[in-house]
Amino acid sequence: MAEPSLSEKITAANAEAHRRLLGGEPVLVDVKLAREAIPKLADRTVLHAGPPIGWSRMCGPMRGAVAGAIVFEGWARNLAEAEKLAASGEIRFEPNHHYNGVGPMTGITTRNMAVLVVENRAFGNRAFCTVNEGMGNVMRFGGNDQEVVDRLKWIAGTAGPALGAAVRNRKGIPLKNIIARGLSMGDEMHMRNTACSSLIVRELAADLAETAPKELPRILRFISGNDMFFLNVVMAMAKSIAMAAHGIEHSTVVTTMCRNGTDFGIRVSSTGDTWFTGPAQMARGLLFAGFTEADGNVDIGDSCITETVGLGGFAMAAAPAVVGFVGAGTLNDAINYTKSMTEITVGPNPEWTLPTVSMMGVPTGIDIRKVVSSGLLPVINTAIANKLPGRGQIGAGVVTPPMVCFEQALMKFGEMNGAL
Amino acid sequence: MSQQQENETDKLLRSEVRVVNIGLREFARDLSSCKIPVVHVDWSPPAVTNPKIASLLAKLGG
Repeated sequence: MAEPSLSEKITAANAEAHRRLLGGEPVLVDVKLAREAIPKLADRTVLHAGPPIGWSRMCGPMRGAVAGAIVFEGWARNLAEAEKLAASGEIRFEPNHHYNGVGPMTGITTRNMAVLVVENRAFGNRAFCTVNEGMGNVMRFGGNDQEVVDRLKWIAGTAGPALGAAVRNRKGIPLKNIIARGLSMGDEMHMRNTACSSLIVRELAADLAETAPKELPRILRFISGNDMFFLNVVMAMAKSIAMAAHGIEHSTVVTTMCRNGTDFGIRVSSTGDTWFTGPAQMARGLLFAGFTEADGNVDIGDSCITETVGLGGFAMAAAPAVVGFVGAGTLNDAINYTKSMTEITVGPNPEWTLPTVSMMGVPTGIDIRKVVSSGLLPVINTAIANKLPGRGQIGAGVVTPPMVCFEQALMKFGEMNGAL
Repeated sequence: MSQQQENETDKLLRSEVRVVNIGLREFARDLSSCKIPVVHVDWSPPAVTNPKIASLLAKLGG
């Protein structure tokens, strides 16, 4: 029998990547401190969103969040000392993705922060994401004052352990069905998580009442007051799913997309841990009253792990309520965004369907070949951060990665497979 | 325009319309729905202008 051609090998490998993306069984299994969940996360190490970056190239919100995290950990007494320490070279900066983690916006994670733990039971791997802090003055937007630090300490010391106990009491909360229901209730899981944030409260409330009766009112108020609470859950879930599709020889499927507020980076299933990066772009969308584009930071965060597994912009047709918010036009435009993503993906996910598009499955498994040959870039729904640290969100929009990431990845793949 | 060219154009416009649609399929669908015969050619401008990448894509398929 003749050896399959490279093209045939790629087709088979991508079918396997697609099978793994669809075959994940993600379960929220715990909430615990990062140092317990990720033992290799060392002291004086700060994990951040996006591909690798050093202090000198970090944007304002990222620097603000790093300084806040250093104070939170007690490595410096105040923000001025923290910035000095960050610039000194004594702090190690690494992407969340190098630790099987993800984080929204600045994505800062350190040892004593609480993280959600999602286990992909079909493939036996675990992924992590910090707990969503709420809106406004929060570390993910670069916030770093005492209010931010105190909230993170309450999450790590009180809410996190209580949530962890409740989740363990349930022996884990399977997430795929919640996503399926959320899609039919108007969430696309990146810029709208209203339905799923409510569903997770229903899942947790009784167990929280048993495991943390004293703290119950505050914890429920904290979750209920934040429509984006579920974002961090879905991010850890998406990471656990994407990890299983990484490392398949000959696969051209994207397994990581993320941004650090300066660069956009992707990784591809068969090209190992190599990052392919290019300049992060400014999202196009709607800005809150009083802000102009000049106030915004370029694209930032690990949250486009949602698009990597077929949610977010790829599922925009599910979320009529978010279409206007991200300035994407009408529902028909949202449907077109979703349909256009079928051009660059391996296939649909029949378990996550879209009522507005005749129950079409979300387009899943971005193929770098299709991106480069079509010129069609992945569509990402995103929040727009104020470029000044700690000022929060100033709008929302749609953004795409730079094409150069996909071109570089394709060239590397060609080189690895003797096709150049 | 010469007299001969004008005659040719005139003749073309008076004859039965025969359409070859290139690119956007919606135009072909619109004509078909009006019962106008149309042949559609699936084509789009090449997104790849770098010859090295174009050659690589030809080998990798997709």
